[in-house]
Amino acid sequence: MPGAAVEAKLWIWQRLSAAVLGICVIVHLAVIVYAVQGGLTADEIINRVSGNLAWFAFYSVFVIAVAIHAPIGVRAILNEMTPLRPGAVHAVMATFCLIILAMGFRAIIGLYTAGGV
Amino acid sequence: MSNSIHVSVWRGGEQGQFEAFDVPRQPSQTVLDVVTYIQRNIDPTLSYRFACRVGMCGSCAMTVNGKPRWTCRTHVNKVAGDGTLEISPLRNLKVVKDLACDMTDFFDKMNRAEGKFHPTKSRHDDFDVVLPDDPARKLAAQAIECIGCAVCYSACDVVEWNKDYLGPAALNRAWTLVNDVRDGGNKARLTAVSGDAGCHACHSQQGCVKHCPKNLSPTFSITGLKRATAKAALKGEL
Repeated sequence: MPGAAVEAKLWIWQRLSAAVLGICVIVHLAVIVYAVQGGLTADEIINRVSGNLAWFAFYSVFVIAVAIHAPIGVRAILNEMTPLRPGAVHAVMATFCLIILAMGFRAIIGLYTAGGV
Repeated sequence: MSNSIHVSVWRGGEQGQFEAFDVPRQPSQTVLDVVTYIQRNIDPTLSYRFACRVGMCGSCAMTVNGKPRWTCRTHVNKVAGDGTLEISPLRNLKVVKDLACDMTDFFDKMNRAEGKFHPTKSRHDDFDVVLPDDPARKLAAQAIECIGCAVCYSACDVVEWNKDYLGPAALNRAWTLVNDVRDGGNKARLTAVSGDAGCHACHSQQGCVKHCPKNLSPTFSITGLKRATAKAALKGEL
């Protein structure tokens, strides 16, 4: 039954992305707490992140993990709480994934290239 | 302690209403004693189901003051501190009449979850050796004591809104067989329990764990099925 395999694989993807998100959120919060100790300005943020490849890579992973994790959860909610058919649910899920990717990478690329680097 | 208990009992089928009775209070009285008193002394048309009266058969489960329970193992003193009892049939099952439910869906789902043994040997083969400390046997042992009373099925909110959901008891049963080395039906079983009607629909809310009179953890069994189906999917066996 292909449906059974799809459900099981989506479960794997959601668990894997959750594990990645767990690490990303801890690093994200820890760096924020550390970085704002002496006060923070927009200039300082841009100086730190623009052109920084490590920062770019970290937040790319973060955004991709969100784009995998959140639509799978939304799919479960739509399946349970709305009368939408599976095809429509998949369409909503894919759109939601693309929106997260577009918004996330817009922010990352915007900060990475800010300051004329 | 008042000398009588004010009892509201569900009367009718799916459509019905509560009927009030006053029942004399006795020492060590169970909720099943209360229901039996009503049927034998006040209204012989009251329908309910029971068999063993000692917590072995699981047939007397009802909703007592909003919670699913074995009525034979529920003392009135424990649940009717203020002297009132509300007794209705188990939730999530069709009502036959009064306090008796139709268990057909519940047992059909045991079958749909492949909760039956698929033998791999004949009488001519030697016995399988299953050691008590074998890891798979230990996992099966944690879940094997289910007697099919449907208390977990009644407590589960996912069963309430997803009528196809197999439910905690059927999935728990499937998990015991997944861990049975003598069984040969795991491919069909893991396919049957995967998906929207199976283990992936569970919210891990643990209503089943909270109310199981045998203190089993169907949620743990369902989590095991999620891992087992994931492994099977990666191997292309689903």
